[in-house]
This record gives sequence, structure tokens and C-alpha cells, in this order.
Amino acid sequence: MLQHDDPKGEKQTEFVTLVAGGQSFCIEITQIREIRRWSPVTLLPHSPSYVLGVINLRGAVIPILDLAAKLGFPAIEPTERHVIIITAIDDRIVGLLVESVSEILGVQTDMVRETPKTEEDAATRAVEGIIPVGDNMIKIINLDALLHTSLLAAA
Amino acid sequence: MTDSAILDAFFEECEDLLVALSDGLEDMREGRADSETVNAVFRAVHSIKGAAGAFSLEDLVGFAHTFETVLDEVRSDKLTADDDLLRVLQRAGDILANLVDAARDDIPADRDQVDPVIEELQSFLGTEAAAEEEFVFEALSLSFDGAASAARYVVRFKPGQEFYATGNDPVLFIAALQDLGPCEITVEKTELPEDFDSFVWNEGYLTWQIIVGDQQNDLAIREVFQFAEDLCELQIAEEDLDEDAPAGDADLADVVAPDVDTPVDVAPVDLPPVDTPPAAPAPEADAPSTAAAKTEKPVKRAASTLRVDPERVDRLINAVGELIINQSVISQRIDEAELPNSAELYGDLDDYKLLAREIQEGVMAIRAQPVKPLFQRMLRIGREAADATGKDVNLITEGEGTEVDKIVVERLADPLTHMIRNAIDHGIESPEDRAATDKPKTGTLRLTASQRSGSIVIEIIDDGAGLNRKRIKQIAVEKGLVSADATLSEQEIDHLLFAPGFSTASVVTNLSGRGVGMDVVKTAITALGGRIAISSVAGQGTTFSITLPLTLAVMDGMIIHIGGQTMVVPIASILETIRPSPADLAEIGLSNHLLRIRGEYVPIIDLASRLGIAPRATALTDRVLLLLQTESVSQCALAVDDILDQRQVVVKSMKGSYGEISGISGATILGDGKIALIIDPEAIAAVQANELNAQVTAQREVSHAAT
Repeated sequence: MLQHDDPKGEKQTEFVTLVAGGQSFCIEITQIREIRRWSPVTLLPHSPSYVLGVINLRGAVIPILDLAAKLGFPAIEPTERHVIIITAIDDRIVGLLVESVSEILGVQTDMVRETPKTEEDAATRAVEGIIPVGDNMIKIINLDALLHTSLLAAA
Repeated sequence: MTDSAILDAFFEECEDLLVALSDGLEDMREGRADSETVNAVFRAVHSIKGAAGAFSLEDLVGFAHTFETVLDEVRSDKLTADDDLLRVLQRAGDILANLVDAARDDIPADRDQVDPVIEELQSFLGTEAAAEEEFVFEALSLSFDGAASAARYVVRFKPGQEFYATGNDPVLFIAALQDLGPCEITVEKTELPEDFDSFVWNEGYLTWQIIVGDQQNDLAIREVFQFAEDLCELQIAEEDLDEDAPAGDADLADVVAPDVDTPVDVAPVDLPPVDTPPAAPAPEADAPSTAAAKTEKPVKRAASTLRVDPERVDRLINAVGELIINQSVISQRIDEAELPNSAELYGDLDDYKLLAREIQEGVMAIRAQPVKPLFQRMLRIGREAADATGKDVNLITEGEGTEVDKIVVERLADPLTHMIRNAIDHGIESPEDRAATDKPKTGTLRLTASQRSGSIVIEIIDDGAGLNRKRIKQIAVEKGLVSADATLSEQEIDHLLFAPGFSTASVVTNLSGRGVGMDVVKTAITALGGRIAISSVAGQGTTFSITLPLTLAVMDGMIIHIGGQTMVVPIASILETIRPSPADLAEIGLSNHLLRIRGEYVPIIDLASRLGIAPRATALTDRVLLLLQTESVSQCALAVDDILDQRQVVVKSMKGSYGEISGISGATILGDGKIALIIDPEAIAAVQANELNAQVTAQREVSHAAT
């Protein structure tokens, strides 16, 4: 994770917060390439339900996943108002369809809590920590864990 | 330039020389040789030896020396090139190539292989092999063929600050040049500042021009400046040449790229002074005096090849790919604008299309290489295999000039090696067996390349026993690849060869059957976008044909509609398109259909259901059938909703970002910016063939799970 010292000398990380399946999540900002509006995708045969298809991103073929469905929530009905977050880990670029993107959150590293142990499901497996913000709690998505399983299954 | 880069250039040069060598030996064998052929062979070996010496590749030098000595005997008619000698020479050529390979990979040479050949070579030499040193000089003077009269070289030498700062003195350099031959020395002072104020004390203002006479080549001169080259501005040129090659590059060319016509001994030598004066001394630098013989040489060298960093070509290819996409975007936009038909724009658009295609083909041609070096390597491997198995095999190549993408040439080496070895080891029978079946004792293995409508076809044809289908099936059953009671067509049995884990050799020989089977070959070919097919007639031989696309990045595709999606089918695999009438269709079973075409029944595959999407049109008669040629089920008809267009598409891989999808080989971007998936006809058709074996496979998985 990219960390840099703010003037007070404390480690700070920036996250983009988003809503998927009605819950708040966030993704570390350095893993995000860009955020774009939903546009129709090309369907892929034999793909799991959470794989929506592929889009043309300036000449590259990028797969788009429904983040809500991937996390085990009901699938999103994509409309013009939905948003695709283009993420990049290593050389792999994948788009995630989410309900909305809210804000950029600067967080002191010591504010990130470990995920409390709960019964494991698709969502908890992909969450690597939580950040309490006011009354709300935002879950940090571990893209590696999320995509590793999804792409293996898809292939 | 680093050492390794020079070494790389040396090996590249060796490739060319080995080709020349192999060509020459081939000509000698076929009795087409004249004295020039023998000379060419000799020079090739000599050049390799010379350059190898500069890199201290002892094994290579030692072997090349013996080889060359024998060739020299042949050249001077002391030895006659009879069949025996030619066989040894050819073997020696193979060994030389192996040694070059070994040197490139930096592995020790295989002495077991090399030494017997050296001995054989020496057995031809008798006692004369002793006179080594003299012979080398003789070779040099001969190869210059009298044309190399001493020339005058113009050295322009401008020491800079660094030169003086490192304690060098121009006087010493000039004196060293004077030792080489008569010198005319002039100094240019034009750069000296007019006034003293702008004079920088440590700057080098003087340029010397030294004309050195009586030189065979510029090597000795370059040696003088060897350690100062980077410290001064230095130009060395033959007197009558206007263009001065940059010192560094010219140096390299002379060391590692000796022209075939005038082998240059690489070790810098002080050439003995030549008594004859320069053939035509040129009083003025710009007078074209000794022109003919000398200018010919650099021109020839430049015309032969252009070495380019492959990455630059790749960038160009990518850009051209984008250009083609852009071209289809623009033509689609123009179509949408619905201009009057007469608009001149349409003509311009067609020109644009043609130009884009021309550029693309031109760029692809840069990467194209003749298969000749690859084939010659295969001949070598074939001869080794024949020797090892004690079989008499006549190896023939055809269509060596066929050009294929560089990557394809590189990646074909392993599969072809495997197939050649297989053909000799398993395909061609032993001389005794052949005699028993009234065949000529010598087997024939042909390796051919040809271009057929947008694809390259490479065939490996042997006249051996043909495939033993009974045995193949038996093995497949033993290995659990098919069930014992399955009824398989001949073609299906042949294709079992490509099944993973299949190896026919009952005995593992050290040639083939090392656990890697034909499935590896097939995977390699498929990875190149190619296909492989077998045909075999018992007792008459087996033919493997490999069909490869001309280029990897761009292909001709048919744009189709299926279930509301736009997709692309490679034209290479489409035989024809059919709009079926009810009479052409026949039902079989509940939902399967056959297409009746020219008296044959061909299975129809519903692409939509195969890909798990709902087709738009339901009745087959409303749809279009694409008759496909595939290897697994020979022919099948693919039912699609409609055909839109036929055009070039740029292939984008999806493996990196998504993974492989069964039935889809990649994706492309259409004119409207949308993505269309590219169908892999082979995989689509293979599913059907696989259904036969599905049960067996399932059983196998169960047994795997149990262990």
C-alpha cells in the first residue's frame, strides 16, 4: 500500500469509497486506473453470472465484473447511472461495476481495523480490513483475493 | 557496443555462413558444383574460423581448421570429392553448426560427436596436415584473388579534451601510423580561435589528416587507435570514398561480418608490405579512382540485410493494427452519415483502405523470414537421426524460399525437430524391412513449405510404413484415452496421436519417445494459430501437414451475427457459406441436423447453443451455414444468424486479462468501437468429437480421484 507522511508525521492511505449491494466498500486509490460510466458490454460465453462481459478501453479488451454479484449480493441491473471502476493489479486490468462511487477517504493507517472473525462468505473473503467512519463502517476490498478466485473460476 | 552484442552479431553472421556452407555442400553432392562452389564452402568455413578465433572459441576454431584444411585439399584438386568424402564433409558441416550452437548457448561441445568426425577428416588428409601455418597465408592471398591491391586510407583524427586529459600524445599515434606505411600528413588549424580571449587552454583545436599508403584493409590502422577511439573524433576511410562510416560500427562490421568474397582475418595482422604500388593512386580525394573493385564491396554488404531491433518492428506492427481499426471506424462513420452514393469520399475511402492494407502487408513482410535456415537445421537433425538409427534416409526440402513470420520460424523449430525425428525413428523402416517390401532401400523424407491462399503449409512426408492404426488404438485403450469398444474412424484414430500422454514407441529410444509426444507439437502449432493434420496410407507413408497463418496479429475474418452479438469467424477455416433450403437439411435424433452437400452429410453445429446464447432466428432455413474445415471432424457446418461483412481484424488476446474461454480464440475491436469475439472453429468442432469420449474421460477422472 502506498503510504505517505502527512504534516503531522502520521502514515496516511487514500481509499475510494463505493456502494455495492447496498453496503459501503472501499478500494485503495493506487489500484484504481479510472472511473467511467456504464456502457454496454460484449457478452462472454460460458462465463459465471458475475462476469458481465468485456469492453473496449482505448484498444484494450477489459473484462467487467459485477462487484455486488461477485460478493454474493443480488446482481446489479446496470443502467446509465451505474459506474465502472477500472482497477489494475500488476498487469491485469479488470473493471468492477458498482452502484455508486462516493468519495476519496484519507485514512491514518492506525485507523484500519482487522476484519472481525465471522462466518466466511464471498464478501468476507474479499475484505481485508474495516475502517470506522462516524456511525458507518467501510470495508476494504482486497482485489487480489477477489480477482484471484473469480478469474480462475471464469477460465 | 558491448561484447555480447558483438558476439550476437557474430552468431547471426554464422547463421548466414552456415546456410552458404550447406548450400554449397548440397550442390557438390548433386554434382552441380564448380570450382567456385568449393571456394564458397571453403570461405564460409574459413570466415567462421576467423571470427571464432577473435572470440577465443577454441572448439570451434579447432574443428573449423581441420574442416577447412580438407576443403582446401579439395579446392586445389589434391582430393577428389567422391561420395565418401562428401558424406564426411556434410557430417562435418552438421558438426560445425552444432558447435556454433553450443558456443552460442555457452555449453561445452559434445566431444563424442566431434572427435570421430575430426578423425575422419584427418584420415583424408594423410600426412600433409602438418603444413598449417603456410596454408593459412596461402588461403588469404588466394581469397583476395589479386583484386586486393594495396589501398590508401584517409585518417581524420581530431583529439578532444579527453584525449589530452588522459595523457595521450598525437605524435605517438602519427608515428605508429608511419610505421604501417608511407604517410602524407596535413594539419588543419581552421578551428583555432582568432583572438586569444576565446582560446580555451585544454581544448583540442587541431585536426590531422593522415593518408596512409600500402594498406590491404583498415584493420591495422584501427588497431593503432584501438584504445583512443572514444577519446577523439576519428574517421578512417579508403581514399576514394566520400562517406566515412562511423568508426565504431565499421569496426564491428569488419570484425564480425567478413564479406563472403573477401574473408578478412580477424586477428589484427601486420600485413607484409606489398611491393606493387596502389593500382591507381588517386592524387585527389574526390577523384573516383580505384572505384570499381572497392565500391562494389560496401554496396553489396549494405544490400544484403538490414538488422533492426525487433521491438521497433513490433511497435510499428501495433501502430498499424490501430490504423486498421481506425480505418474501419472511419468507414463505418462515413456509412452512417449516408452520403449520396456519388460522393467522392467513397473513392477516397477505398484508397485509404488499400493503403492501410498495403502498409500492413509491408510491415508484416519486415518480420517475414524464409524458412531456409530452419529447414537446413531440420536436415541436420534428420541426418543425425538417420545416423543414430542406422537408417538410410534421403532428406529433401522444397520451398525453402517461403517466408513466414519470424516468431513462427522460431517457434516451429521444436515441433519440427520432434516430427522429423519421429518420422525417421518410427515412420521410415529399417533398410532390411524396406527390402522385404519391395521398396527402395533408401527412405525418403520430404520437408516442404508453400503458401496457399493466406496460409503457409508445411508438410513432412515420409515413405515409410504408415501409421499402425491398430496399434495406436490399442495404446490409446491401454492408456485410457478411449474405451475399448469405441468405434473410431481412421481419422479419429490418427488424431489420438495428438492426445496428451500418448507415445507410440514401445521402446523409448534416445531420439523420440522421451515422454513429450505429439500433443506438445500440436499445442505449439495451435499456439501459433495453426492446425496440424495427418494422412497416412499403410505401407506407403505418412504425411503431416501444418497450416499456419501468414501473420499473427491481423487476420481476415467473416463478421457474423449470432443471438444479437457480433462475432468473427476466421476466413481461413471457412470453405463456403450456404443458405440452406429445406431439401439440404436432414434431421438426426431429436435436435441434431445434418447438412446434405454434394452427396455428403455434414453435422450442423448451432453456434448459439454451443456458446450458451439464444439465437435470433430459430428455423435453420432462416439462418446461414458456414461450412468449416477442421481437423477433428474434417467438415462441419456452423449455423449463425447472419453474415455482415468480411474484413481484416486485429487480434487481441484475452488470456492476460480474463483467461481462456472455450470456443473463443480472442477478441477484436470493430469499427463502432465495440468488441467482437473471435470464434475458434477448431474448439467449437472439437466439442462434438469429444462428446464421444466424454464418458471415458469422466471415468478416468473418477479413477484419478480415487488414487
